[in-house]
Amino acid sequence: MNRRVVITGMGIYSCLGKTLDEVKESLYNGKSGIIFDPVRKEMGFRSALTAKLEIPDLKGQLSRSQRVYMPEEAKYAYVATCEALKNANIDMDYLEKNEVGLLYGNDSTADAVVKSVDTMREKKDTTLVGSGAIFQSMNSTVTMNLGCIFKLRGINLTVSGACASSSHAIGLGSLLIKWGLQDCIVCGGAQEVNPYSIGSFDGISAFSIRESDPTKASRPFDRDRDGLVPGGGAATVIIESYEHAVKRGAPILAEVIGYGFSSNGDHMSQPNVDGPSRSLQMAIREAGIDIRTIGYLNAHATSTPVGDRQEAKAIFNVFGDHKPEVTSTKAMTGHEMWMAGASEVVYSMLMMQNDFIAPNINFENPDEDSAKLNIPNKRVEKSFDTFLSNSFGFGGTNSTLIVKKFVK
Amino acid sequence: MEKQQFIDELNELLAEEFEVEVSTIQPEGSVKMTLALDSLSLIDLVAVIENTYKVKISGQEMMQIKKFSELYDFLYERIEK
Repeated sequence: MNRRVVITGMGIYSCLGKTLDEVKESLYNGKSGIIFDPVRKEMGFRSALTAKLEIPDLKGQLSRSQRVYMPEEAKYAYVATCEALKNANIDMDYLEKNEVGLLYGNDSTADAVVKSVDTMREKKDTTLVGSGAIFQSMNSTVTMNLGCIFKLRGINLTVSGACASSSHAIGLGSLLIKWGLQDCIVCGGAQEVNPYSIGSFDGISAFSIRESDPTKASRPFDRDRDGLVPGGGAATVIIESYEHAVKRGAPILAEVIGYGFSSNGDHMSQPNVDGPSRSLQMAIREAGIDIRTIGYLNAHATSTPVGDRQEAKAIFNVFGDHKPEVTSTKAMTGHEMWMAGASEVVYSMLMMQNDFIAPNINFENPDEDSAKLNIPNKRVEKSFDTFLSNSFGFGGTNSTLIVKKFVK
Repeated sequence: MEKQQFIDELNELLAEEFEVEVSTIQPEGSVKMTLALDSLSLIDLVAVIENTYKVKISGQEMMQIKKFSELYDFLYERIEK
């Protein structure tokens, strides 16, 4: 079976906004969501830079017994999924009567783990961690929570692939639909935003220390980049087979036409050029398109010296003389890690729907490799109908998605 | 602490924690039904009591407490007054 896979709904909760409209405005205006967090400095962080995000208050929307199992990342995912389902015209009645799946990227639950372990150490009594701790602490917490809250009855699985988690979630979901194993899947990614979750990341000097100018700190591809800025939130994308979408009269926003993946089989944290290149090539091959039809490339580029350089080389290797605009929205959002693959599909979708390419803010001077790419640091008003989105992660996991405007 | 004052404070605590109207907590009412406790959230009742009153309730003791009046008596005997 080889069915077409379409996107019928999106939702987002990020430092750029709490709704699609807010996020679109931020992207359009090149607005950064990065701040300096003094609490992190007091905790001994090398860099106190972070995305700014409020934890949603779901009291009144969900019962206590539902909320008690939810760490912050599950709350972000709930809000994003509500928006996505609403936009896809899917209600609770539909979810209860049909087999809708769930594939969500997540790769940490640090805050919940730290808090429950602190309680056990202090009180010497495991009962006092409460009933929610076990469900908040498991890596599958987001899919456990969303599956129960939304009464989902299809596949229910967390995808843990480091910073490529949610790109893989969408890619794997698209394969399940393409092969006829599922009709509709809620895909996405969530990322907790708290000091405990990234303290060890700060410890390996991965973060920018441009603390005097937070909105300038994340500068993917720029010659003077000095590290990433951690971010987070959640993004949800509803994907389904074309036939299924038509049958229920859903709004068809776009089509997932390519998913590529690879593993570097190399270094834990240092990416190479070969792995990402193969991921890009596989996605293009699977999409069956001429690369010249790709009008925009949303890069993984996180603002680390080595990572951006290797990705620039991989993009140049694959695209050669064809130079679509390449930007990294992480210049505004910081690195949304487990959420990034899904959020960057949403960001790119918003650009494609509204005929613009958000600026790669803070890209002031290229280095030797980024100079070979077409990286705008100002917004580009441009209509395009196909984009490619890269997501790469620690351990050398790579994922590439290609999405096209829907044409019947 | 007078017993009625203790009961009023406990009722407020439980109403806040389990998100019920304090008026629904009645001495002869069922603890589990009123607070909508299942086997998991019963753990939270034990935890909130232990954290607040430093009184440890075993699972077996909790099983025997059906009504709020029984909970009041059990705790009032054990708290520091």
